[in-house]
Parts: sequence; C-alpha cells; structure tokens
Amino acid sequence: MQLPEIMLAVLWIGMTAYVLFGGADFGAGVWDLLAGGARRGRDQRELVEHSIGPVWEANHVWLIFVIVLTWTGIPSVFAAIASTLYIPLTAVALGIIARGAAFAFRKVSRELWRQRLFGATFAFSSLVTPFFLGTVAGAIASGRVPPGIAAGDLVTSWVNPTSLISGVLAVGTAAYLAAVYLTRDAQRVGDEALTQAFRLRALYTGVFVGVMSAVGLFVLRADARPVFDDLTSGAALPLLVLSVAAGVVSLALLAWGRSYLMVRLTAALAVTGLLWGWGIGQHPVLLPGITLDEAAATDAVLGASLGALAVGAVLLLPSLWWLYATFQRDRTGEHGEPTPRS
Amino acid sequence: MPSFTDAAFGEPDLGAARMQMALSLGWHIILACLGVGMPAITLIAEWRGHRTGDLNYRLLARRWARAMGVLFAVGAVSGTILSFEMGLLWPGLMGTYGEVIGLPFSLEGIAFFIEAIFLGIYLYAWDRLPPVPHMLSGLPIVVAGVASAFFVVTANAWMQQPTGFDTENGRIVSVDPWAAMFNPATPPQTVHMILAAFMVAGFLMAGVYAVAMLRGRRDRYHRLGFLIPFTVAAIITPVQIGVGDWAAHFVAENQPVKLAAMEGVFHTERGAPLHLGGFAIGGELRYALEIPNGLSLLAHWSPDAEIVGLENVPEADRPPVNITHWAFQIMVGIGFGLLALCAWLALTWKRHRDLPRSPWFLRACALSGVGAVLALEAGWTVTEVGRQPWIVYGIMRTSEAVNPAPGLIWGFVLVALVYAVLTVATVYVLRRLARDEPVPVAPQERDVTDYKVI
Repeated sequence: MQLPEIMLAVLWIGMTAYVLFGGADFGAGVWDLLAGGARRGRDQRELVEHSIGPVWEANHVWLIFVIVLTWTGIPSVFAAIASTLYIPLTAVALGIIARGAAFAFRKVSRELWRQRLFGATFAFSSLVTPFFLGTVAGAIASGRVPPGIAAGDLVTSWVNPTSLISGVLAVGTAAYLAAVYLTRDAQRVGDEALTQAFRLRALYTGVFVGVMSAVGLFVLRADARPVFDDLTSGAALPLLVLSVAAGVVSLALLAWGRSYLMVRLTAALAVTGLLWGWGIGQHPVLLPGITLDEAAATDAVLGASLGALAVGAVLLLPSLWWLYATFQRDRTGEHGEPTPRS
Repeated sequence: MPSFTDAAFGEPDLGAARMQMALSLGWHIILACLGVGMPAITLIAEWRGHRTGDLNYRLLARRWARAMGVLFAVGAVSGTILSFEMGLLWPGLMGTYGEVIGLPFSLEGIAFFIEAIFLGIYLYAWDRLPPVPHMLSGLPIVVAGVASAFFVVTANAWMQQPTGFDTENGRIVSVDPWAAMFNPATPPQTVHMILAAFMVAGFLMAGVYAVAMLRGRRDRYHRLGFLIPFTVAAIITPVQIGVGDWAAHFVAENQPVKLAAMEGVFHTERGAPLHLGGFAIGGELRYALEIPNGLSLLAHWSPDAEIVGLENVPEADRPPVNITHWAFQIMVGIGFGLLALCAWLALTWKRHRDLPRSPWFLRACALSGVGAVLALEAGWTVTEVGRQPWIVYGIMRTSEAVNPAPGLIWGFVLVALVYAVLTVATVYVLRRLARDEPVPVAPQERDVTDYKVI
C-alpha cells in the first residue's frame, strides 16, 4: 500500500470509531428523547447518563480526527466538501454545540425544569446531528460534490434521495447501536426491566435499520448507480454480505439469546461492514473525476502525520483502555446506580 | 458556479465570515485558556489537600474539578466548531495549505484525545481510585492541555511566518511539515499564549473568591480559593511581560507592517517616538501622547533605530490601524496593571504575611479576571487583525480564502444566536454550581457527603 492508501484507511478507521462510539452516544440521546415523561423515563435517562458520561468526550474526538486527517491528507477534497455542503455541516456544528453543552449542563442541574430544558436540547440535537451527518455522507457517495470550491449545488447536493435515506439510516444506526450497548449495561447492573426495554428497542431498530438498508440499496441503484454496482458485484460485496449476516445474527441473539455482550460485537460488525463496503465501493474515486492519488497530500506530509499518529497511538491506546476499564468494572454504587458502559 | 481556480472574491460575504470566525475563536479562546490553566491549579489544591489533610483544599479541588468538567465540555464543542469553520469559511486556505498545517492539528488531536480520556477518569473516578493515582491521573490533562495550546498556536504562527513548502503555479509541490510547524514565529507566539492561558485561568478563578471576600466571606476556604490561583498568576505575570517584549521584537523584525499598525507609525523614521493613545485619521496618528525615541528604543534597543512606516506598503495591504493600535495598547496597559496588582500583594505579603487590608485590593482582584480576558482578546486582535489583509502573511489574501457560496451571513447570524444562548447558559450553570451544596463531581460520589460544606 502506498502512503495515500494507508492515510485513507486510517481516516476510515477513525470514521468507523466515530460511528461506533460517538454514534452510539447520539443514539443514547435519541433514547433519552423517547424515554417518556420525567418520572417514567427516569431510569432510562439515568442509565444513559451514567453510560455516556465518562466517555462521550473521548468518543467525540474521533470526529476531530476525521476532519483534521481529511484536510491534511486530501486538502482539496476537504475544501470541496466543506464549501459545497456548508449548510448541513453548519447544522452539524450547531447540533454538536447544543448537544455537548446541554449534556454537561443537565448533569450538574438539580431542578426538574432545568434538567428538562437541557435534557430536551441534548436529546433533540442527538436526533438532528446524525441526520445531517448522514446527508453529507449521502452527498459524497452519490457524487454530488464536484471538485472545486463551492462548485456543487448548495441545496440539491444534500437534499436528494440518497442523502435523505443516508440521514435516516444514520439516525437509525445510532439508535440501534445505543440500544444494543445499553441492553448490556442494564443487564450488567442487574435491572431486568430496563434490560428488556432496551432489548426490545434494539430489536425494533435493528429491523428498521435492516429494512432501511434494503430500501437504501434500491435508492442507490436509482440514484447512485456506480456505488450500487460496486456494492453488489465488486470488491465491496463480501463486506455487504458480512454486514447483512452480522445484522441477522444480532437480531437472532437479541430475540432468543441472553448474550448481550455478543450482540455488541455483531452489531458493531454489521455497521462496520456497511461503512467499509461504501468505502471500498467508492475507492479510488473520492469526488467525481478526482482519485485518491490526485487529491492526496505530498508524501512528506502523509509520512509525518501517519508517523505522529502511530506514536500517538502508543500513548492513546493504553489510556483509552484504562478509561474503559475503569468504568466497565462490575461495580454498583451504594445506591444501586449502574456503572457506565464503554 | 466558480471553479477551483477562480474560486474567490465573495467580497460581500467576507465580512460575515470574518465576524463568524472572530466570534467563535474569541469565544473558544477563553474556554481553551481555562482548559489549559484550571487543571494545574486544581491539581495544586488537590495535592496540598493530600499533603496537609486540610479539607478546605480538597473541597476547592472538587469544586474546581466540577466547573472544569462543564467548561471542558463547552470548550470541546466550541473547539470542534472551529475545525468545521476552517473548511466552511476558509476553503481557499484549507484546499491549498491544509496539508502544510495539518501536522500540528493531527498532533493537537492526539493531545486533545489524551486530555479528554484523562479528564473522564479524573472527574469520574474520585471514589474509584486511591488518592495518589487519582492525582496522577490529572497530570496528563495538564501536559496535554499545554501541548494542545502549543500545537494549535504553531499553526497560527505559520500563518504569520509561512515556511516549509514550495509552490509551482499555485499548487503545493513539496512540503516540510516540521519546518512549517517550527516556523520562526512559533517560539514567541506559543510561549506568549500558554502563559496567557495560565494568567487568564488564575486571575479569573481568583476573581471569583475576591468577590466572595468582598462580601465578607473571609474564612480559610475563601482565602485559599483566592490565594492558590492568584499566586500562580502572580508568578507568571512578570515572566509574561518579558515574553511579550520578545514577541514584540519578533514582530518588529519580521512583520514591520504589523508593528507600524500596532504603533500607528505612518512615515518611516529614525528615532521614532512611542505613541500612547491617539487615532489614525487621514493617514496620520492624531491626539497621541508621544514619548520621544521610545519606539525605536523598545523595538530595536537603539534610540535611533529606523521604524518602517505604513506608507511603504500600498493602502490595500495595510491592516486597520485603529483597531490594531488600540488592541495593542489595551493588552499592554492591562498587562502592567496586573503586574502592579501582583507586586502589591507580594510586597504586603513580605511585610505582614497577609493580604493587603485595603478593600481596593480585592476590588482590583475581582476585576483582574475580566482584565486578563480583555488583554487576551486584545492580544489576539493584534495578532489577527494586524496580519490583514493576509490570511497567510504575504502569500494569500483573506478574500482569496473565503467560501464564495452565498448566504454566509445567515450562518453567522445562527452561530451568533447559538453562542449568545450558550454564553447565558454557561454563566448560569457555573453560578449555580458555585452555590450548590454539597459538591459531588459525579453522581457516583457518595463519600462527598462526608465533607462539611462551607
């Protein structure tokens, strides 16, 4: 592999981590939104809060990695995407502010009305932000972002069938992952009612995401033929198959099994398969008429950045492990609080 | 639709883009400074608490940690917005030079990641880790915070002194990312900024307790809450004045046009006077107090040194003089004011082992935080406005970098609204936090009820 390929792979790993971890945090916000009234939804909201509290900031950093790597590794592509898609990306930016701040504010709030206000802000932006991120992915996948600064249509580039289905899929995926993770958390805490509640949610959203993915394939076929062709016949097909298989296994485990830890793995695998299938399907064309090699930064830049990331990983991985290990230990607070998930 | 090559010149929107960037950066920079300075000050309190067993220290550490959690969350998202805005507002810059300044941002990403990880551990694991490991888990936050500031500022320094790349026909052909990162402006700018962060955090935190003491709460808890951050800031302030002088010399040598704008010098002259106050009107600085030969002496250590005036560059290449000049004077003026305040405390302490008795001392201290923030913003204004009309000094104009898409003004309006709400909510939450009793950092912390709340 050449340096640009390695860089793109690293970027995609960052993207996958963001979808799996940051995405699940968004999904937890969606469940927070749907938890019901203050009294009825209290247990669910507490589980959500304890689960993402210690880790959401770390999970959020993956997004910054993706952005920085994009402008470092493929600067002209970054400029084209950011300038053409500045409307949904501004929405994403505002959503991220509202969500992160409101979550922190709610955590330190005492009165109900403040918790409600901040909670609603947190939960609503958790729903909106992944949707807009999804439309951005759809815009790129369907070839609607041409190279050049603000060269694409500012509206139809992200308001189109592929973008909209991608937005819905992003929200669904986030909610699904969150439900799966939270099921296991509730189980570890030993709260049977909550476990069942989230198990059912995981099942519903799993089916929903599956159906939506199938619909998405048809939309792609009509709207973004090259990606569809690659996904269904090219190098990406095995990944698509893997994704579908892992998804089906997840649903079966949720329906009949008790091994919710295992579902975390298969669910993550299903999402990862989809993401990498898209990546491989589109490779090596990044934007219409622009391939990776044409857009990639010079080798000196790629080498230095990748080297720095490799050294950084030596520091990061043990730290991340410590973070997750600290809060994944089976330990219940004196008052029966659940322990946070990773 | 403009193509890549003639992408430019959405002149009507340049103002909106610059205002949006100024607002988001000016907002984030305060949070970033607290993110760099607060962990160190909090750790000092925790360490003292561990050594002495004094509950006051431990309670302070917990309160500060709790505020830190909120501020870090807000700072993290406002920082993320900036990385979006680099592309949304300045695609011309990022499309061409993104790779040149990418390395420090990648490194900053790693540092920020480490900060976020250990902050999660530090804030949530008070009761899960023994005291010493818990304190140690705070150290990476301090180191990573300082490193983050360093990396980010190197990128700005590069915009002042672009080095480390070659272009052919407007395309980057070779890059030395390390040379770009360690450009000539890096040392003075990064040191100046990191020290400023500690000053802002120290004075702001001390200011809160100065207000409480003015209201009559003069117990040990409030005295310590004042003294720990104030001492940190007081040690750094004189150093900062020296570093500021170094930074100004650097500008004098390398960005003479910026120096001319900072000092309101229109005509090249030897033995230039130092201007205090004054307004640039019609090509000259009026109503200023002049100190003969002062500028030549300060900028080049020689009373007869030549100072290049703004007349040397075409009008289109000059930064706005009044803004730059006044921002610089405000920064320097406040800097010396803070120095005087620190000296006041130091002298009184030497004689009486106590704070100055005068209520004016506490009143001044109460304002010192706001002053430090003003100085910080003024300093950034000098750096950024003084570089105009260039986004990359001497190479790319800000107008060439801006996103030519229509409607940027609406983005600015939205962002301004969101920041207004965010400001109100943050201040409100912090004020409530300060009054909250008791002070658990996280819901897990049940042992906090053992603390006597003061």
